[in-house]
Amino acid sequence: MSGEVAILAEGLTKRYSATVAVDHIDFEVQSGEIVGILGPNGSGKTTTILMLLGLTEPTEGRAEVAGFDPLREPLEVKRRVGYLPDSVGFYDGLSAHDNLAYTGRLAGLSRREIDERFTEALARVGLPDVGRERVGTFSRGMRQRLGLAEVLMKRPGIAILDEPTATLDPHSTQEFLELIRGLKNDGTAVLLSSHHLDQVQSVCDRVALFNQGRIALSGSVTDLAQRVLGGGHVIDVEARGAGIRDRLAGMPGVVRVQVMGPQLYRVDCERDLRPEIARLLAPSSELTGIRFAEPSLNEVYTRYFDEARHAA
Amino acid sequence: MRRSGSPFTGAGIVLAKEAADQLSGTRMVVIEALVFLIALVLAWFSTTAIRESIGQSPFLFLRLLTMAPDPVPFSFIDTVGLVTPIIAIALGFDAVNAEFNQRTMSRILAQPIYRDALLLGKFLARLLTLAIALLSLWLLVLGVGFLRLGLPPSGEELVRMLGFLVATIAYGGVWLAVAFLFSILFRAAATAALAALGLWLVFSFFWSLIIKPLVATLIAGPPEDIFGPNLAYIQTSQALDRVSPNTLYAEVALALLQPATRTLGPVFISQLRGALLGAPLPASQSFILVWPQITGLVAAMILIFAAGYIVFQRQEIRA
Repeated sequence: MSGEVAILAEGLTKRYSATVAVDHIDFEVQSGEIVGILGPNGSGKTTTILMLLGLTEPTEGRAEVAGFDPLREPLEVKRRVGYLPDSVGFYDGLSAHDNLAYTGRLAGLSRREIDERFTEALARVGLPDVGRERVGTFSRGMRQRLGLAEVLMKRPGIAILDEPTATLDPHSTQEFLELIRGLKNDGTAVLLSSHHLDQVQSVCDRVALFNQGRIALSGSVTDLAQRVLGGGHVIDVEARGAGIRDRLAGMPGVVRVQVMGPQLYRVDCERDLRPEIARLLAPSSELTGIRFAEPSLNEVYTRYFDEARHAA
Repeated sequence: MRRSGSPFTGAGIVLAKEAADQLSGTRMVVIEALVFLIALVLAWFSTTAIRESIGQSPFLFLRLLTMAPDPVPFSFIDTVGLVTPIIAIALGFDAVNAEFNQRTMSRILAQPIYRDALLLGKFLARLLTLAIALLSLWLLVLGVGFLRLGLPPSGEELVRMLGFLVATIAYGGVWLAVAFLFSILFRAAATAALAALGLWLVFSFFWSLIIKPLVATLIAGPPEDIFGPNLAYIQTSQALDRVSPNTLYAEVALALLQPATRTLGPVFISQLRGALLGAPLPASQSFILVWPQITGLVAAMILIFAAGYIVFQRQEIRA
């Protein structure tokens, strides 16, 4: 199924009276791909998700999810999509099993399928022994994992995760991200909305940056870095000596040099300048390391919104 | 635009889950305890009073429901008329807003069901719970009456009592629909409960005492004119009274449980010519008399539920 278009949005728009929440957005997500959607609060991420699930009606444009129109065929869409909402809620008085059995029955699973998949999903999210416990006794992290177990039980072709790690501690977050990578390995298309840019960068193949209801930028992190930071290659240089920053900044092809530490310089370049940098610094200074640095999504995001603010 | 699939897909699953929640919850235990207490106390005192006057009426079981036995200051039907709306409001005031407050709404609606199924399943589950509570009450009274009086109800009494039970369920359904509507309109459950109880208070105490006479006078003039009672006022007043579900229910109870009741509106002397006053009507005639009231209660329940349904369809699901 890899390579098929799982989610397609064309000119998708949502207006509330005079307010435009989502403004003519176009994007697609392929099967087996993780796409992150980023942006400040109120930028249209959740409204987009709700339109894809058929929970709110677009004012204009169209969407296709798993080959179905969420507006006309919402049941077909919802049969194929697993959704984990922001701060997922459960019936506190019911056990984990009863909570998931209810949604399992609504999803059309038989009693036997529910029992089999429940045990399997709970083991996969690291909660193998809590099936009969009341959800009211669960921590936020456990609830979040249970929410993912619900998605897994459905065995969906598409998973939509809205702020899934917002309430998790760092250790649980890492485990959760690993589970999301597992979904990709299963061939599931994942649409991930998050404010945690480092997490998005660590799991997503592509990202879409939302701003005021529009997709301002989309592509891989490297693509975005090239467009926003002005360089396609970021090189970390470790060297001792005088005037290194100025010498690096004067090289042709260098866009920017940042001092990251006492002997650490980050160089944004238009191309791979590692050999030239090595030749430049070798005679006069002690070059102790030179390597590609991963462009930071955090940096891209901050720079983009700083520039957007200045432009406004 | 036509959506694919049945709007009621999953309604049965929602109904089963909600009914199980309601029937096994603490709220139901409290309601059942209340029902048990009311049935026992009223049936005990009523049967004691009736045993002393057996033979005075052919409808002993109906008297069981309509008499206010000493020292209890109210009858069974008064009590049911008071308690049923409270039970219905208790069952419905947090039906929908609780799903938003515990953040389960979007999770449930992300499953392959329409909102229609969720709402209908929830409403029917609560109506079923209410019906079970009222049926228990009815059976308890019947059982205590049977044991204490030593004779079974006649077929006619059973039919009339069954009609009364159905009307009580419809009456409870109206207040359940009101509580349901407020649970859709207000996110805070306490606000929804207060609004529903406030409306019930208006119809129970203020409607007939203040609002109805004022509005009727404005529409039809004073209650009395130079020729005597103003018929237009009486008719307008009665029409306004029947806006209240409490009046409709009281009229049904009166006509079904007091078989001598021949009319529920103003009567002219000419209409009474030839009538045997105090003679009971056959059950079928009494049902014809209250058919509009029963239909009105069911229609009110459906209309209020439909209003809630429309509001819910337009709500944004973000929690």
